[in-house]
Amino acid sequence: MASSTPNEVESKSFRERILRPLAVPLLAVFTSLVIGALIIVFTAENPAIGLDKLGKGYWGMFEGAFLKRNGILNTLVVTSPLILTGLAVAIPFHAGLFNIGAEGQFIMGAFTAVLAGIYLDLPPVIHPIVVMLAGFAGGALWGLIPGLLRAYLGAHEVINTIMMNFIAFALVSFAVRGPFLDPNTSSVQTYPIQKTAELVRISGRFHIGIFVTLLVASVVYYFLYKTTWGFSLRTTGHNPNAAKYAGIRPRQQFVLSLVLAGGLAGLAGSLEVQGLTHVVTTGIRAGYGFDAIGVSLLALNNPLAIIPAAFIFGALNIGGDFLQIRAGLSVHIVSILQAFILLFVAAPSIVRYLYRLKVSGGVAEGAPVTRGWGG
Amino acid sequence: MNFTDITFILQLTVATATPIALGSYAGLFSERSGVVNIAIEGMMLMAAMMGAFVSGYTQSLFWGVVAGMLSAAMMAAIHAVVSIRFKTDQIISGMVINLLAAGFTGHIYQIYLVPPRWPGSAGTFPELPIPFLKDIPFLGKILFQHQPIVYTMIILTFVIHYVLFYTPWGLRMRAVGEHPEAADTLGINVYFTRYANVIIGGMLAGLAGIWLSLEWVGTFNINMTGGRGYIALAALIFGRWTPFGAFGAALLFGLANAVQVYTQTLVPEIPAEFLQMMPYVLTIIVAAVRRPIPPAAVGQPYEKE
Repeated sequence: MASSTPNEVESKSFRERILRPLAVPLLAVFTSLVIGALIIVFTAENPAIGLDKLGKGYWGMFEGAFLKRNGILNTLVVTSPLILTGLAVAIPFHAGLFNIGAEGQFIMGAFTAVLAGIYLDLPPVIHPIVVMLAGFAGGALWGLIPGLLRAYLGAHEVINTIMMNFIAFALVSFAVRGPFLDPNTSSVQTYPIQKTAELVRISGRFHIGIFVTLLVASVVYYFLYKTTWGFSLRTTGHNPNAAKYAGIRPRQQFVLSLVLAGGLAGLAGSLEVQGLTHVVTTGIRAGYGFDAIGVSLLALNNPLAIIPAAFIFGALNIGGDFLQIRAGLSVHIVSILQAFILLFVAAPSIVRYLYRLKVSGGVAEGAPVTRGWGG
Repeated sequence: MNFTDITFILQLTVATATPIALGSYAGLFSERSGVVNIAIEGMMLMAAMMGAFVSGYTQSLFWGVVAGMLSAAMMAAIHAVVSIRFKTDQIISGMVINLLAAGFTGHIYQIYLVPPRWPGSAGTFPELPIPFLKDIPFLGKILFQHQPIVYTMIILTFVIHYVLFYTPWGLRMRAVGEHPEAADTLGINVYFTRYANVIIGGMLAGLAGIWLSLEWVGTFNINMTGGRGYIALAALIFGRWTPFGAFGAALLFGLANAVQVYTQTLVPEIPAEFLQMMPYVLTIIVAAVRRPIPPAAVGQPYEKE
């Protein structure tokens, strides 16, 4: 060790610090694409058709997500909500909780944002910000309920966040078809938000929401790793009992993490409304909240790593449409790909087994551990 | 509401409790042996699709049942390998199974289960009223005028109770779920016990899925489980990981469902969404009022010394 030059040490640390941690996520994505290809070929009417579909489909995905005019911009448009909902999964993970409710929180945020966008009369600049806060509040409420139930009654957040999703779907569906239905259009949707509440679009569907998102991701990173609050939250996740002895109240941390998570997912819903849809329809269920689980895990729950992870999932989502258009394949293929990515990232031992990788010491390893039903 | 209405509601309660109860028995086998199972939803969905797919192409409900149960067992085997062999977080493994099932069933549906390729549904299981018993007033209609999977579910409740508490198999299962180290010391094969029970659970979840496509609807629809697998899990937790407890909880959810159907037809003024919400709200309340006492080692991978 003493004989190694500083230069060697540096290059080694680059390999250790950057390449090693990237190996598993990248191989996870690659292996998933291979398995997806096998499924496409072997479930086709015959192998020749399968190969044809595979070529057209995968090339279409790539072209659609990156190359085509507006392709990359469209990918960025869906990356934005995936970053926020990814954070909404990551923060509770750090506190030792599993939030499967980002989808419902997203929908509630979109809904409260629409209400603020329709009924408040405010000047430009102020109005969009107030609408974002409204979206945050709507989502936060949807996180608060399972948070309180978990903290004070011990009811498991996995069950409750899933149930809150179903309740959000039903509630918003009722609101859209009932009291807030816009009678002036033929489609089932709410009144549109006022012009003052909209976010500026730069090109096509690409709106400035992603800049808000990037800012938020940085703030969350700072919060988790550089503040006492973040430290308390992470300590609770590592060991609630130790946290208790250190004077941290795990219950408060449980509630806080789910409220923040809900708020961020709600903000994602709000940005979606302000930048893209301007209304809420019964088809608001975009699935971002479920994809978010994969995004968060792919990023090993690191708020900054969530940005590229969300971009990969965003590219898959946009590319998925081209699977359908180019090759007549179902967009459901994308779910299969995401499932395998999630699997390989959560179980790095499988990837290492497949590729005979050595276990790397000291690298932050894999997914966090949820605590079954006990904890 | 008159007497006929009450009979109707209760008969519907037993029928719609069936997939919930079977799903929770699936979870019971898995979790009693120490493997968390939130993948019931995915296993059900897979079986519902494969059941419809194979029965459609063979025009035989029998082969539909076989294929459905096997496909769900396959999904369970994946969950088992990932959780037991690769020691992955079991809740995440479950999410993977659910996502995989949603994607795969959607993909196959679009190629093979829609016209022009689709040969058409093989129908649903016939109603099999049980002679004599069906003539018991009130109870006869509620309990003994059903399709076959409903009866299977009721019989299984007793069988599973017996197996779990009165046989060596059940004892091993519980030992491995509560204290795997001690079980191992006594010569019980922890890995085998877990694999076997997770896969048996998968077959039961398969039966729950088959109920949906081959007994209730007669065809497969995208995401037709609609959260029943998760509600089954809630029933299992509410029933404190016992067959009769889970059965009771499943009946409660069945009742909520039946009342919803009944109210929707008779009192259309109440928005359908509020009625659809009922089982979910009920799940939250139920999960809040009863503190769960899960098997002690559930969720923990076992590392042999």
